Amino acid sequence: MVTPSAQHETDTVGAARADARAQAGRVAEAMPYLPASSTPFPPPGVDAGLLVWAETVAAGGYTHKVLARGSRIRLEDVTGEACAHVLLYNAVEPWERLNVADTMKIPWQAYLGTGHPLLSGEGRVLATVVADDSGRNDALCGTSTAAANRAKYGDSAPQGPSPSGRELFILAAAKHGLTPRDLPPSISFFKGVRVRADGGLEFTGSAGPGRAVELVAELPLIVLIANVPHPIDPRPGYVSGLLRVHAWRSAPTGPGGRYWDAAPEAHRAYLNTTDYADARGV
Amino acid sequence: MTTPPVAVTDAAGRRPYCPADLAVVLNPAHYADGTVLDLAGPLVAGEIVLDQVVPAQAPWSAVVRAGQVLTIVDVGGNQSGDCLLYSAEDTGERYSVPDTISWSGNAYVRTGTVLRSNYGNALATVVANEIDRQDTIGGACGKESNTLRYGYHTTAEHGCRENFLAEAAKYGMGARDVVSNLNWFMNVPIEADGTLGIVDGISGPGKRVAFRAEMDILVLVSNCPQMNNPCNGLNPTPLRMIITAAEGRSRA
Repeated sequence: MVTPSAQHETDTVGAARADARAQAGRVAEAMPYLPASSTPFPPPGVDAGLLVWAETVAAGGYTHKVLARGSRIRLEDVTGEACAHVLLYNAVEPWERLNVADTMKIPWQAYLGTGHPLLSGEGRVLATVVADDSGRNDALCGTSTAAANRAKYGDSAPQGPSPSGRELFILAAAKHGLTPRDLPPSISFFKGVRVRADGGLEFTGSAGPGRAVELVAELPLIVLIANVPHPIDPRPGYVSGLLRVHAWRSAPTGPGGRYWDAAPEAHRAYLNTTDYADARGV
Repeated sequence: MTTPPVAVTDAAGRRPYCPADLAVVLNPAHYADGTVLDLAGPLVAGEIVLDQVVPAQAPWSAVVRAGQVLTIVDVGGNQSGDCLLYSAEDTGERYSVPDTISWSGNAYVRTGTVLRSNYGNALATVVANEIDRQDTIGGACGKESNTLRYGYHTTAEHGCRENFLAEAAKYGMGARDVVSNLNWFMNVPIEADGTLGIVDGISGPGKRVAFRAEMDILVLVSNCPQMNNPCNGLNPTPLRMIITAAEGRSRA
């Protein structure tokens, strides 16, 4: 094995600078693409000039972004082994955040799919699921913890082989001034769970590679994503895969929109959201 | 014609503390016609450390020490007791719906369910339960979410989220600390296609649930004031909270 130090000349500042600069331009399997319009994986039908976020997230990795109201976010499970754990915050007042109970109770539906409003506890819609060809999503089981991953995989640290979702969320949140207290229960995409009549959980796994879910930001959002195995994935190994993330400028749900008055509860949630956005000037 | 005097003691002669006049709180005439109130008693043996009645619509909180058991009595029947738990030592560690569900493998809470924290740790264990299943999916009502569920005419009404925020503030906690919760005595079936909702209750007067603290925990309860769905039988009634000492131990 070649020792890394043998590949670098770093004995003087000048050499170290040249060595550092020579590294730019390398390509990794998981990396962001800047500007976003330069993505090697442009979402079909999207004008590359509208892209504001393009990134491939590592298996066991995380990412985060602040997005404008009206952004459309596309998550793609490249290999069929990704699981995108997602937390959303109102970027203007981040104590407004995803509330899984309201997200399930208010639309009278526990399973997330196209048209589902992702609600905060403040009676507003943070984002709407506007496309979903996975159907394997979950709002019940949250993400993994240090305790769970240590018990299941022997390790949970972000720098280790089997990071937990919660520990990655702690890092992602910290980069927006948020603390562990600011981590409510999360939702996840690309691994399904169903509830049997007795309440027992059934893990339905992945819908396969290449599946995508798209969300529209109905408020300015802080988006945190941890790409780690689902907490009740029964496989003994830490199975994860690349997650591709793109976002582009689009429009929030408004009058005449497909979901604006599709259901009475969500309609008032959109009314509350536009009322807030108009008053706030966002 | 005289009305019978209001019983302010349970069958064992115990009179719980109440921040309001117990003779008023326990008078069925103040509730919907036909209301039956049953104070019952602790669901487990052990010396009683705390015994309180929470009036209808009010918040409540107490620290339950490791090993102690909290019995919650559904005095009037089908009264949702929205509940959050925190580590008393570090309230950043708190009840987590998904951790409880993921570790137990079941969406409902029953005897034996370990109530877990956002760290995955055991905060408490349900040691006895007199109804078929307890809810932890339905979350809490609130002024804002009521506008979605029922309309803007409900805005003047009080909700559990307001009870939680008021009670949490006593401990220096705020909105970020109020997360999705437990609902003792609330019935939220999940159907095969994922349809779920709050339906008529399966509890009754004097029905109880009891959980043992696995660490020192702060318990917040909102005696749910909701008047737009069956989580209270559209008739908010009192709850009784009884803490009993750890097994084999006297008052901690």
